[in-house]
Amino acid sequence: MSEGHSTYTPKTGIERWFDARMPLPRLVYDSFIAYPVPRNLNYAWTFGGILSIMLVAQILTGIVLAMHYTADSTLAFGSVEKIMRDVNSGWLLRYLHSNGASFFFVAVYIHIFRGLYYGSYKAPRELLWILGCIIYLLMMATGFMGYVLPWGQMSFWGATVITNFFTAIPLVGDWIQQLLLGGFAVDNPTLNRFFALHYLLPFMIAGVVVLHVWALHVVGQSNPTGIEVKSKTDTVAFTPYATIKDAFGMIVFLFFFAYFVFYMPNYLGHPDNYVVANPLKTPAHIVPEWYFLPFYAILRAITFNVGPIDAKLGGVLCMFGAIVMLFLVPWLDTSKVRSAVYRPWYKLFFWLFAANAIFLGWLGSQPAEGSFVLMAQMATLFYFAFFLIALPVLGLIETPRRLPNSITEAVLEKNKGAGHHPAGATAAPETKG
Amino acid sequence: MSATDIHDPNRRDFLYVATGMAAVVGAGAVAWPFIDQMRPDASTLALASVEVDVASLTPGMSLVVKWRGKPVVVRNRTEQEMKDGEAVNLADLKDPIARNANLPSDAPATDANRTTPGKEAWMVMVQVCTHLGCIPLGQEGEFGGWFCPCHGSVYDTAGRIRKGPAPENMAVPVFQFISDTKIRIG
Repeated sequence: MSEGHSTYTPKTGIERWFDARMPLPRLVYDSFIAYPVPRNLNYAWTFGGILSIMLVAQILTGIVLAMHYTADSTLAFGSVEKIMRDVNSGWLLRYLHSNGASFFFVAVYIHIFRGLYYGSYKAPRELLWILGCIIYLLMMATGFMGYVLPWGQMSFWGATVITNFFTAIPLVGDWIQQLLLGGFAVDNPTLNRFFALHYLLPFMIAGVVVLHVWALHVVGQSNPTGIEVKSKTDTVAFTPYATIKDAFGMIVFLFFFAYFVFYMPNYLGHPDNYVVANPLKTPAHIVPEWYFLPFYAILRAITFNVGPIDAKLGGVLCMFGAIVMLFLVPWLDTSKVRSAVYRPWYKLFFWLFAANAIFLGWLGSQPAEGSFVLMAQMATLFYFAFFLIALPVLGLIETPRRLPNSITEAVLEKNKGAGHHPAGATAAPETKG
Repeated sequence: MSATDIHDPNRRDFLYVATGMAAVVGAGAVAWPFIDQMRPDASTLALASVEVDVASLTPGMSLVVKWRGKPVVVRNRTEQEMKDGEAVNLADLKDPIARNANLPSDAPATDANRTTPGKEAWMVMVQVCTHLGCIPLGQEGEFGGWFCPCHGSVYDTAGRIRKGPAPENMAVPVFQFISDTKIRIG
């Protein structure tokens, strides 16, 4: 935490020379070696590190793919096929990049749900949470524009549907849509600007990640108990404890990632995107990438007009509103207790919310007809009720369980009766008094 | 409150405000080209009109041409389709406005107002769903007109929205018959 002053002491002459001029070694030492982390962090806390390496991996594979890709509507589809067939290791790099996007979202969703479960967004971590929400928004923009680049049928019609959201805005909607497309329909100017922005946005994400980590290092990490660090015994040093735990989490995560890349590389994609874009024919069933499906279901759930707001504008407002909810969470949750571990009712509603989010995702993949529409409307209602009713009301009426006095007490209480095993003296240091 | 607030505005205050305003206007002038370049360019706008030969279309046949990157359907409607279109009560329409670029913007959506005088059999229309821009399929759906497979909007034989999430009738572009068998769109 920031209040602890630096414990770095330069040992060699060259370190002293740097420390007096630009103390970068001191920054690294204080941030990634001596930095105290709560001793009770579980594996849900390894996803920050996993997301960092996914961002680096996406930038690396993306830059080399850009060396072979052609952003022109007549050549783009062919250039992607050229990457798959002719470019040395091109198939691997493209599958790493396309599945990497999916696994980036897998990691970010676990990271977000971790934050919701343990109340990581509560004071003083509101800004940390909002910076995370901004990263998530940038990720969605990047993922969407990246999916357009192969110029298949889903690329083209996904881009058409998404940019048509903006025509729902009264008065200026059509003008904004033409500004985004550079024409009256998705075409070559659209592809060119999407490629430029798809190249830019990951570096903007990296910039906001720096702010996110900076904010994290000011307020310190939360932990499964949600109790603030009170004494030195509540923490362990980042290295080796957190680095090794993060590294193990990464290896397990990359194992699943590699399984998809090598054994089912097109499982998360859509066959229609191997058909070249045709502006005169819409595929029978348009679906976005899986990580947008819950929001797509919310968009399609609004089939009725509400006063002056027609169904189209209503759907778009609800879809963006669903993301706005995340930004407001720190102020919607009125409970003083952070962690769901000590909040029996919140814990129940959290899991209902998680199940509902997956249910919405499944509905988003189904055609918008018959009973699917009604189910999507109910699930959308629950989505908003969780944020606007459950979060504020539960904090007022719920009786939380007794909180331990400190992280140390919580850890030792949990392991009471385990006894002392001399042989295990070096293992599980977080459980030792 | 700073010490200067107790004085009337003086020459220095004026200079501060004037300099600030010049900076704002300058920043706007520099920003505008960056926004302006994103709008449709001259080559895109140059494709604004196409001519179509429709001599081969007998009643019940359609053809699709690409205009401004979008499909425009030209349909020679059958007697039955015209009758169905005329029989519709205007109060039943979800969008009561013709959306015909050749007519005033408040013209009612009668079957005749969706076509051009003397050529009522001919539907010329941007075949793009007004919901989120998909291409509806022709001669499908419960009104025998168009059906959008994306989100289930149903249009009648005059391309008017009847059911589903789309808010407006499909757009009729600016067009005219330049001869008996030739149409200019745009």
